[in-house]
Amino acid sequence: MYPRSFEYVAAASLDEALSALADNPGAKVMTGGMSLIPLMKLRLFSPSLVVDIGRVPGLDAIDDSGDQLAIGALVRHAATASSDAVKSGAAALAQAAALTGDVQVRNRGTTCGAIAHADIAADQTAAVLALGATMVAKSTSGEREIAAADFFVDTLTSALEPDEILVEVRVPKTGAGSGSAYGKLGRRGGQSDYAVAGAAAVVTMDGGNVAAASVALTGVGTKPTLAAGVAEALVGTDGSAEAVAGAAGRATEGVTVLEDLYGSEEYKSHLAQVYAARAINAAIAAAT
Amino acid sequence: MTTSVSAMGGIVRRKEDPALIAGRGQYVDDIRLNGEAVMAFVRSPFAHARINSIDTAAAESMPGVLAVYTIEDVRDLGPVLAQVPVGVLRPLLADGAVHHVGEAVAAVVAENSYVARDAADSVMVDYDPLPAVVDMKAAVTGTDRAHEGAESNVLVTWFSHDWWPGVFELEDHRPAIAEAKQRDDVVVVSQEMLNQRLIPTAIEPRAVLADWNHGYDRVKLWSSTQMPHALAGAVAKTFGLPSNEVHVVAPEVGGGFGAKLNIYPDEILTVFASKDLNRPVRWTETRRESAFSTIQGRGWVATATITGTRDGEILGYELDGIADMGAYSQNFTVAIPVLGLFVAQGQYDIPLAWQVACVQTNTQTTDAYRGAGRPEASYYIERIIDMYAAEIGMDPTEVRRKNFFKKEDFPATTAIGLTMDSGDYETNLDTLIADVDYAGLRSMQAAAREEGRYIGIGVGTYVEVCGFAPSVLAEFGFGWDAYGMPTSFSGSGLVRINPDGSATVIIGTGPSGQGHQTTWAQVVSDRLGIDFDNVRVTHGNTAESPTGVGTFGSRSAAVDGAATYEAAEKVSKKAADIVAHMLEASADDIRFADGGAHVAGSPGHKVTWAEIAEVAYKPHKGPEGFEAGLEAHAVFSPGNATWPFGSHLAVVEVDPETGNVEILRYVGVDDCGNRINPMIVDGQIHGGIAQGIGQAMFEEAIYDEDGNLLTGSLIDYPIPTAGDLPAFELGWTNTPTDVNPMGVKGIGEAGTIGSAQTIVNAVVDAVSPFGVKHIDMPLRPKRVWDAIQKARG
Repeated sequence: MYPRSFEYVAAASLDEALSALADNPGAKVMTGGMSLIPLMKLRLFSPSLVVDIGRVPGLDAIDDSGDQLAIGALVRHAATASSDAVKSGAAALAQAAALTGDVQVRNRGTTCGAIAHADIAADQTAAVLALGATMVAKSTSGEREIAAADFFVDTLTSALEPDEILVEVRVPKTGAGSGSAYGKLGRRGGQSDYAVAGAAAVVTMDGGNVAAASVALTGVGTKPTLAAGVAEALVGTDGSAEAVAGAAGRATEGVTVLEDLYGSEEYKSHLAQVYAARAINAAIAAAT
Repeated sequence: MTTSVSAMGGIVRRKEDPALIAGRGQYVDDIRLNGEAVMAFVRSPFAHARINSIDTAAAESMPGVLAVYTIEDVRDLGPVLAQVPVGVLRPLLADGAVHHVGEAVAAVVAENSYVARDAADSVMVDYDPLPAVVDMKAAVTGTDRAHEGAESNVLVTWFSHDWWPGVFELEDHRPAIAEAKQRDDVVVVSQEMLNQRLIPTAIEPRAVLADWNHGYDRVKLWSSTQMPHALAGAVAKTFGLPSNEVHVVAPEVGGGFGAKLNIYPDEILTVFASKDLNRPVRWTETRRESAFSTIQGRGWVATATITGTRDGEILGYELDGIADMGAYSQNFTVAIPVLGLFVAQGQYDIPLAWQVACVQTNTQTTDAYRGAGRPEASYYIERIIDMYAAEIGMDPTEVRRKNFFKKEDFPATTAIGLTMDSGDYETNLDTLIADVDYAGLRSMQAAAREEGRYIGIGVGTYVEVCGFAPSVLAEFGFGWDAYGMPTSFSGSGLVRINPDGSATVIIGTGPSGQGHQTTWAQVVSDRLGIDFDNVRVTHGNTAESPTGVGTFGSRSAAVDGAATYEAAEKVSKKAADIVAHMLEASADDIRFADGGAHVAGSPGHKVTWAEIAEVAYKPHKGPEGFEAGLEAHAVFSPGNATWPFGSHLAVVEVDPETGNVEILRYVGVDDCGNRINPMIVDGQIHGGIAQGIGQAMFEEAIYDEDGNLLTGSLIDYPIPTAGDLPAFELGWTNTPTDVNPMGVKGIGEAGTIGSAQTIVNAVVDAVSPFGVKHIDMPLRPKRVWDAIQKARG
């Protein structure tokens, strides 16, 4: 639990941090450090330079611009979870943030950090995926936007380049007739700890029928994944429990479900369906 | 001024807590000596391999590295001493081969922890892997050996009728049970069950700091240990010193649970390095390292069988099991199943045929972990009795009641010849049943099932044996003879009235959170009428305490507590003579209370402890010819262990769609005789239940077939947290013991011994409508779901 030797810089500005990343190929950016520091202490990851952006001003805001929320790089899980704007406009993300880690982790770790870390069993990754969020990445050469659907590449691997910082997540707000929800089975049972399997759903109802839907899974595969088949099967139905259960049956279509200490492929596939259905039902309830 | 606090039943806040809560408690890693160096270990990535070579050159040449040691440097010191040396003893560093993943192969000493780790990582070891013995059953039947050249992996098999030949002459109940199985009116219920291996997880990992002073040729050692005196003995024996030249201090110890009840290689190697380098040397276990450098617990697979009539009379209980000892034998290793045997039949007066084979495997050593054999034994009897109740369609509380030892049976003799001091199991169970409205709970359960909810109610009873005695058990291995410290696990207490009238109490325990400073102060305050705030209790220090055994086996209050009680009695006798002289009264009429002493019947005719002390230390003011000073030491060797007991109940709800278990209620009614500080006793039960629930629900050390530990970090080895547990509801019955003057029994392990099976009984009860009869722990959702699917077909 003693990391290898590394350099550390507490950046005073985003430009300073971006320059440090650009100048040092072995550098890694840190916000709350809730994932990075344990990996370093286990010597599983040994950056030559840690660029701490925790003191950079202006990155800790949740901005509500009417139809979307912009969550800054330093917004803690606890802030995301307790924000009225997030709770009403992107409930699945608020719920996922509330179920991330424990109290200490939620008070220190950041929503953007968890998303950039791209853990296969993280919570907020599924929420931003289902919500159709956009990731804003910055480097010394400029800024680019990455759709959530393109952001999660593989286990602990995102579309971010080594010299980029995820400075903001832009989440479209669910409007009238829409609702979203997130739920999981946690490793210690209930909703505690990493997800054995979890799902986020966004549903728009129109005239008693499902007009649009988006469902994302976490915990079951190598990365958070959109369950496109479920959404496809759901749209046009009346959103009844039977319709939802039927649609949820397609949860793991195209997903390579991984067996681990917490469940067999069969069990996790089953859980994916259960939690997809539960999230959809909760989203429909929130929409109506 | 605080008045004296009643020894029995006084709830006072713990003296220990202000420092601990404020973060000012002093643990080993908080102590700093000038010139300290730090040790780190090179650990084996293989479960079983020959070592071809160890290249330490790169490490030795790194700046800041002071030394790199291998077995060649320390072989002369011998292996780690073990109290029950059956099996292969652990070498200080791997000697030609490694036998479990994480075994220490080389030790690096450097200027700081970072350099030490870097250097350890640069030691090159060339291994030649060998087949690993991991599975317990394969260890018995297979041809691979955990240690090359061993004739068998089975070290010893314990039989209930022959566990200590020559001391107990016992009948083998197996033929009678076999005969009973032939009867037409009996059922035979049998189940193989895993009592999975656990990783003890103290909040404070182990730590040691050794300082060999060549000027005095004396060594001082701070260690996070439960047995400072045994450690002093082991160091003295290993280095050829008299034990009085080894001073061991166990300062604050942040949890032990039996895992700090061992002599460890790091304790010996830091002393060696300190002697060699002429500098203090520290080693602090890291959290990740802990799963490899500290003993583990449990790890049994066994088939339990009950033979009984259809109306609930048990005619025989059999257990055939294998217990995993791991790669090396340490302190008690092979004796742990014997502690299970002590309580094998639970609260039931039934024939017993029990055998457990102890096998060596290429995994970490197992040894005492909270309950040590008794949770395993209690689990098997309490699970199979529930299965028997289900088979004959009788309420599980009724089957238990029908087979209890009766109140009038006590002192009762168990099937293996031990005598249980006192018990009233029926009253205890009745109290639980009344407290929870058991019939009402069953109605609620039935109503919930109508609504499609799966609620389960589980009951578990237990009898525990603790404060090990009688003295002759030392000859079985329950003593510290191997460490050069012969003892019968007697208790030690010294009570000293200081010249200012305050009291210092020095005890031979090594607590790790049990509140001894508070409890002992209550005992002494009560006996001597001295202000509670004026009593200071010290422990865990071999230079202060005349003798000591440590803290384990729920022994401290019943044994060291009794010793202190008797020391206080001796002090009060001498003090009575002094006071009689001062007040011109008869010593028989002197009473101690309210911060001093008075003459019986005339409370105004009194002196304070400060006044008594002044006379005690000025003989010319005292009675003719008395010896100055006022202190007494007592050693207490009880004639028997104490046998606490209890009944627990859990209400759970299972989500059949996911297998998730929610604990709705947990109720315990325990009986440890008289309670000195009920709040502290509650705390012990709370922690014990939490650990039992940890085994039932969360924890499992999983080794793959190559012997790699897959659950070596807290990410994959979830321990219970407050957030995972319901509020425990506790009740009590009180059946005092007569084996000690306070009538107290141990309570440190009872909660753990009573709880795992209570949870499993409840969960199986919840899913019994699906046809599920048993689920192995831990009851993670996947296992519960799998069991439901399997039962549904």
